[in-house]
Order: sequence, then structure tokens, then C-alpha cells
Amino acid sequence: MKGFYVAPYLSILIFIVIGIGLVLFTFFLARLIRPSHPYPAKTINYECAELPIGDSWIQFNPRFYIFALIFVIFDVEAVFLFPWAVAFGQLGLYALIEMVIFILILFYGLYYAWKQGVLKWV
Amino acid sequence: MILISSVKVIVVVVAVLTGCAWSTWLERKVVGHMQHRMGPTFAGPYGLLQPIADFIKLIFKEDIVPSGVERVAYGLAPVLSFIPAMLVFAVVPFAADATLFGHEIKMVISDLNIGILFVFAVTSLGVYGLVMAGWSSGSKYSLLGSLRASAQMISYEVSYGLSIVGIVLIANTLSLRELVEMQGSDSIWFFSNWFVFKQPLGFLLYLTCAIAETNRLPFDMPEAESELVAGYHTEYSSMRFATFFVSEYANMLAVSAVGATLFFGGWQGPYLPSIVWFILKVFCFMFFYIWLRGTFPRFRYDQLMSFGWKVLFPLALLNVIVTAAFVMLD
Repeated sequence: MKGFYVAPYLSILIFIVIGIGLVLFTFFLARLIRPSHPYPAKTINYECAELPIGDSWIQFNPRFYIFALIFVIFDVEAVFLFPWAVAFGQLGLYALIEMVIFILILFYGLYYAWKQGVLKWV
Repeated sequence: MILISSVKVIVVVVAVLTGCAWSTWLERKVVGHMQHRMGPTFAGPYGLLQPIADFIKLIFKEDIVPSGVERVAYGLAPVLSFIPAMLVFAVVPFAADATLFGHEIKMVISDLNIGILFVFAVTSLGVYGLVMAGWSSGSKYSLLGSLRASAQMISYEVSYGLSIVGIVLIANTLSLRELVEMQGSDSIWFFSNWFVFKQPLGFLLYLTCAIAETNRLPFDMPEAESELVAGYHTEYSSMRFATFFVSEYANMLAVSAVGATLFFGGWQGPYLPSIVWFILKVFCFMFFYIWLRGTFPRFRYDQLMSFGWKVLFPLALLNVIVTAAFVMLD
């Protein structure tokens, strides 16, 4: 199996299968021995012992969305940094200067978002 | 090969689950003593059988599924948060290679050449479980908790990933096995090659982000019980709740194991067997987690977000550039 590219991932597949199997087995076991007496009052959603008011899919702060956008930008940056870091020993000074410029450009993006007040949670 | 892998997987899964179970005991005991209480005492000596009692109680509980849930997502969510937490242990080397009946057995389930990348890819999948749980529960608390969880986890994800770029710069490899071997030393100062001394800032960043990633105090906004009841798992009961609970502890163990491997030499250490060193280092991390819980109050949400983006993220970038410059000069 040596030199076979997929071989290490086979063990991970085994891991996933056993993991899922274990969870499903416990759920199955629990289903066999637990009681089940649902009635309407019991299956109401929890809301401090009151009847729930309105829909549960409430409006929420759009800032969550903006943070997701910023995250995507900088996570892609991190993806670019990893291969660069692995090969850094062979790349030399030129690669360092290039990456500093890349990081500075993205850092300016963060500075811009900061000044726009996007990072401030009201 | 498949047989050996399967045996290793089962041993590791059982070990991690046992670790999770008795981490709950450790947490209750340590926090109890920090607050001048005794913690669990009744089940067994020093309450050591408490996790078993908890398990038996939870498995006999009725599984109450509220009427407003989205069935498929509601059922999938616990599994989706449990599997990524466990999967980290597939690539963490937990002892030195051993020889058994003439066979050399690697003490790691899968020796990936992109080990670190795998760890970070898998841990970031954990957020899906929380989001699905909150979205499908049909409860306002759950929805708010899962929104907070996702925003918090993605905010700290970036710095979390960047915090270990420094190590990759020094070591020029992503393989966890090679990283551990690099940190070994035969001299009396056996810890002299640990990356924590070469990357102190990177370690602090890793530690802080790891706590936020696992939703532990002082960053436990997603399940802040005094404001959101229990956050994303408010509507879960019985074994489904137990799965969320276990996956939280599995996550803690995972970031502890990865932290010990990356910064404290993994299983490297003198005199004692390598597996003992590994467990000892993971235990120290776990104790630190619990200590934090016993000491710090919860952050405010805006403080948490601005801390992540305005302090940790610039520091992580700075750490990368400074490390690169130092490696260049060497």
C-alpha cells in the first residue's frame, strides 16, 4: 500500500464509518429502553413556561452577514498563506517581500472595514 | 492493513469517549473545589462513577421532540457536531512508533502529510452542527444561540488558522508526525526544542482562539445559560443532548491534543513512556480550560467580536510576518 496516495484517507473513512455507527447504535439502544409519552402540551417549544409568541424565525441583526463576508475574504488569505509557509525554505527573500505586500493589501481592507464602523457591534 | 486500522480506530474512539466522560467528572470536581464545594461525591469513591450514572440517567430519559422542528436537520445536527470533533484524533500521533510481534505499528491512525490542514478543515465543519441545531429547533433561544455560535466561530477561525502559520514557516511541513519528531531533544533540557519557545505569541493566539472555537468560558456566548437558556441545544433531550454534550468535551480534548502536539512536543519526553507524556500534556490543557471556567466571567458579545477582529487578527498577521523575517535571517 506504500506510495498509494489514497491509503491514509482509507483509515479516515473507517474512522467516520465507525463514528457514525457508534452514534446511531447509541440512539437505537436509547430508543429501545426509553419511555415515550408525548402529548401536545409537552411538545410545545420552550419559552420560559409561557406559550411561544409569534414565529420562532425572528429577525436578527444583519451584522452577522457582514462578519461572514469579512470572514470569507480573510480565510481565503489564510489558505494562500499555508502553501507559501510550507515552501518558504526554498523560496527566499523575494517570496517574503511578495507575501508582505499581499498581507498589507488585505490589512488595508481590514483597516477600511474598521474605519467604516463595520467591526463595531451596536 | 484495514484490520489494523479498524482496531486502532476502535481503541482511539473508546479512549476519547472515556476521556470525555471523565473530563466531565474532572470539571465538576475542580470547579467545585474552586468554589469551596465538594463536587460529585456519592457515586463511587470521590464520585468517580458519576459519568456512568449520568449516562444511565440520560439513556433512560424520554426524548422530547418539539412539534415545530425540521425533522431531518434536527436529527442530523448532533451527529454532525460529534463526528468532526472526533475526527481530529484520526491524525494526531499519540505515542512513539511501537513494535508488536515483529510488526512496526505507527501510533497514529492516519499519517497524513497535510495533517494540520486536515485538523483545521475538520474543526471548522463543527459549526454546521450548531447552526443546523439552532435553525431546526424552532425556538428563539436556539436560533440566537446558533447565530452567535456561527459568528463567533468564523471570527476566531481566521486567527486560529493564522496562529500556526508561524510553526509551518519554521518547520516547512504540515505533517503532525514530522512536527513532533522535530521537537524531540536528547539533551537534559528535553523541552528546549518545543515550538512554544519559538512561537510564544503564536501559542497565546492558538490558546485564545481554541477556547473561542470550542465555545468555552469566557467565550461561551452560544450557550450562555443566564440569557439563552442553553443556546443551540435548548430543545434537545435524552441521548441527542448527550451527543452535543460529549462533542463539546471531545472538541476540548481535540484542541488540547493538537495544542500539545504543535507547541509542547506531543509525545516527546524523557523517562516515562511516550503515551503517558501525551496524556499528561493533554490533561494540563484540560485543567487550564477548567481553571479558566472557574476564574473568569463571560465576555460581552461586542467585546468578543471586537477582540477577535481588532486585537487577535492583526496580532496573528504580525506574528506571521515577524516569524517569516526571522526565518529569513537565520
